[in-house]
Amino acid sequence: MNALPLILTVFVACAVESVEALTIVLAAGITREWKSTLQGMAAALVVLAAITAVIGPAVGSLPLTALRLVVGALLAVFGLQWLRKAVLRATGYKALHDEASAYQREVTAAREAGAVRKRGISDWYPFTLAFKGVLLEGLEVLFIVITFGDNQKNIGAAVIGAAAAIVVVTVTGIAVRAPLTKVPENWMKFAVGVMLTSFGTFWGAEGAGVAWPGNDAALVVLIPVVALAAAACVAWLRSGKAVAAAPAKESEVVSS
Amino acid sequence: MRQLKSFGAFWYDFVIGDDWRVAAMVVAGLALAAVLAHVARVNAWWVLPVVVVGALAWSLHRATTRR
Repeated sequence: MNALPLILTVFVACAVESVEALTIVLAAGITREWKSTLQGMAAALVVLAAITAVIGPAVGSLPLTALRLVVGALLAVFGLQWLRKAVLRATGYKALHDEASAYQREVTAAREAGAVRKRGISDWYPFTLAFKGVLLEGLEVLFIVITFGDNQKNIGAAVIGAAAAIVVVTVTGIAVRAPLTKVPENWMKFAVGVMLTSFGTFWGAEGAGVAWPGNDAALVVLIPVVALAAAACVAWLRSGKAVAAAPAKESEVVSS
Repeated sequence: MRQLKSFGAFWYDFVIGDDWRVAAMVVAGLALAAVLAHVARVNAWWVLPVVVVGALAWSLHRATTRR
């Protein structure tokens, strides 16, 4: 398969995660202290590197059929989570993930927290905030890079997509020194959800012993089918909502 | 013990998410496709796409009509 779809899929998925991590790091750094924030970020990157060192070779040594079954199932479940949230947000059943309000919430919490010196870190609050934010979003990036790269036997292309996303988001964040509120995050998540679900379905079924008609070319049909089904769900929920004119049922804001 | 629980809760939320039924349906779909392929010798490539689309629609229906 051509490496471009792989690079683009990983790029968009990792850009979404990077925007969320950037929001947390900016809130911690600007409100509290940059040194402790950067230390938290660095500590998270060290943990991520350690996890990569353990998981990467283990995943790579699995037989391809078993790998596709396990990774396909995980990707399909993961992708459906993203799609579900994106559809609920697009139809108003769940509050849109708003980077500006997420940033404000983090800033308020950071201002209210007291400064504590702990384990050689001058301000423990921004350290843990940056650590948790970068680790959580980084784990999602890692999962996408390893699963996509290993299944396509092209880890290099997946790493290029992820690295490009992180660089673009970081440079833009440094340039504007604010959370990236103009990013159409929900539609990016919708697109990534479609890609993760489609690839997960394709690899999972292959791992279960199914042969796709047209082999890899089946993905060219599968991706639009999943996208159309999700778009139909959006239309269905919107029409149902218009008829019922009911208030939002699920309105919590989630971090991913 | 509390740390172990929160570690488990983190991974549950990371992999399974808001609706465990979606994960259960995907696993059931894969199992059905595998049984059809290996036991009945039927190349059931259509099973998983149908299950995935059905799981999404069912989960959304439950999320928007419950309570």
